[in-house]
Amino acid sequence: MTESVIHVEGLGKRYRVGERERYLALRDIVSHALRAPFRRPRTPRQVDYLWALRDVSLDVNQGEVVGLIGRNGAGKTTLLKLLSRITRPTTGFAEIHGRVGSLLEVGTGFHPELTGRENIYLSGAILGMQKREIDRKNDAIVAFAEVERFLDTPLKHYSTGMQMRLAFAVAAHLEPEILLVDEVLAVGDIEFQKKCLGKMQDISRSGRTIVFVSHQMGQMRRLCERVFWVDDGQIRQEGAAGKVIAAYESSNLQPNADHVHGDRCFVRWSICGHDNILRDGLQNVVFHCHLQLREPVSQGHFGLKIFNDSGALMVGWGIDNLDIASGDQEILLRVPLLPLRPGAYSLVCTLFNRGNNLTGGHLIEEWNAQPPLIVDTLPVSHPQDRWAGILNLPADLHVRQG
Amino acid sequence: MSAVTHTIPPAAPLSPVMRIVPPSRWWVIPFAELWDFRELIYFFVWRDIKIRYKQTAVGSAWAILQPFLMMLVFSLFFGKLANIGSDGLSYPIFYYSALLPWMYFAAALQNSTNTIVENQRLITKVYFPRLALPLSSVLSGLVDFAVSFLMFVVLMIYYGIRPTVAMLWFPAFLSLAILVALGVGLWLSALNAIYRDVRYVLPFLVQFWLFASPVVYPSSRVPAEWRWLYGLNPMAGVIEGFRWSLTGRGNPPGHLLIVSSVVAAFILLSGIAYFQKMETTMADVV
Repeated sequence: MTESVIHVEGLGKRYRVGERERYLALRDIVSHALRAPFRRPRTPRQVDYLWALRDVSLDVNQGEVVGLIGRNGAGKTTLLKLLSRITRPTTGFAEIHGRVGSLLEVGTGFHPELTGRENIYLSGAILGMQKREIDRKNDAIVAFAEVERFLDTPLKHYSTGMQMRLAFAVAAHLEPEILLVDEVLAVGDIEFQKKCLGKMQDISRSGRTIVFVSHQMGQMRRLCERVFWVDDGQIRQEGAAGKVIAAYESSNLQPNADHVHGDRCFVRWSICGHDNILRDGLQNVVFHCHLQLREPVSQGHFGLKIFNDSGALMVGWGIDNLDIASGDQEILLRVPLLPLRPGAYSLVCTLFNRGNNLTGGHLIEEWNAQPPLIVDTLPVSHPQDRWAGILNLPADLHVRQG
Repeated sequence: MSAVTHTIPPAAPLSPVMRIVPPSRWWVIPFAELWDFRELIYFFVWRDIKIRYKQTAVGSAWAILQPFLMMLVFSLFFGKLANIGSDGLSYPIFYYSALLPWMYFAAALQNSTNTIVENQRLITKVYFPRLALPLSSVLSGLVDFAVSFLMFVVLMIYYGIRPTVAMLWFPAFLSLAILVALGVGLWLSALNAIYRDVRYVLPFLVQFWLFASPVVYPSSRVPAEWRWLYGLNPMAGVIEGFRWSLTGRGNPPGHLLIVSSVVAAFILLSGIAYFQKMETTMADVV
């Protein structure tokens, strides 16, 4: 049995909305008292409530790295704030076994007038480190941040990048039993992000538990074993990282209209006749496209293009001189390998009659294929996401003398 | 069998459970938690002190200059011109001994009123017992107090005043001053988190309180039969106590002190209760 270090049951957090001013002025209360002196002061305007989090239950086991994904405002940060006791829940409860460290912001507690060295101590203490612990880690923090020469300079004279590095360095040396990290790794240059990710992996390897929020799905896939998809204050899906992230990504890819141009002829598509998920990109992949044709196609053109989530064309195929009879038909496009990196991709299928787009053929349909293509394979590329390019190719390495 | 396959053992065995639940109606003073966070309180105090006189020309000399200049002004106008009387003490001693606790008190109110709002970022980004903030702003004033006390020692020597046995009571009066400052500071800091009006009310409050306290006049000016009532202002007990214990002149502030202590305890406990009540929503409203 693995032990659950975070146990959450029915947790909910309600916020008041509808009041433009976030704090009351005494004026409001006084003016109310003048208008209706014998009534108990009530909030003058109708107060609306917003459940930022509603009835959330989850368990996290010791040594696990779990991710929280979801759109902005879905409640991820609220959940972290509740778990780190920054704010209290409205309903439900959470049980936490172990010392919690939270990292919701970079440079928490930094003060511009203090020197780098002083800020290391201040920020460290605020994030929950003991003075002895900071004494011990001081050298490592300074080396990690690469600010040795400026240790006794006030922070306000640091460049933004230097401040950032120092802040990360302090945070990265936080070693509580449970670490809650909001989207803080998204900032900083690539080299530094790599260091931070490495540090997080070290922390998780030493048996500590990490709960981690990010919008960078590559990071998530690499770091997390299990992922919770938070949507509208509730857990929409939980499970193995690849699966949940794929589902989340495909929900984000839904375009407004699947039908772009022309008549309707495409009905559905799949990979190898199963579904829209590619599980092995290093073997034969067959795209099945089902059509319903009112008229036969002669000397036509079929095209299939794959775009990534930022809209860049990954690959496209076009086949001319097709003759297809009318009625229900199926086009099978086989490719020997499709080494795309894990993620969600959109697929666009086109069919022309009597020629192609260059020879003035007649466009029957341009279809944003639904559902989108999900690539759920193991990332085998370079451990640093942004350097890994668009292909996911395994490699062998030998060193030879000579 | 455990399924743990990590080669590096966990840093520590599982710690006791912490339950996160909706706020209850009851409050307790979180002594144990404040003790756990004592280093953080120390660092807050240390930060306040480090920052206070940054980029000033004379630095911490301000801690002496402020009460010293006030003492000169008071001696000149209230003493020499208005001839208010000083229970037989020389004016500089009379005023400075009262300004010591008063300046500490006024600064503590100022700092603790703003502390929650100034540390808004911290409160919304990291957990610590919020009591640590007003507590540390009250404690950090003690350093200025110590510095300005040195000036008082110089004045004592100059005016040839020897410490008496009454001096033994001084720590008690200093503690009372700290507790009063903390009690009022808790109220103001929690109120200011919701009603930003507090910040504008504060200068008037401090001014009013100054004249309601025996700083510029001796409490012997207050009719004897009302003097116990005067103790409802806890700073009256503190200031009279300071004067008596430091100079050894006059009578110990008996009844006044008892009333002041009771009132101080009341302010402190109610302040903690109110602060604790506010604490649960502080990160949401500040």
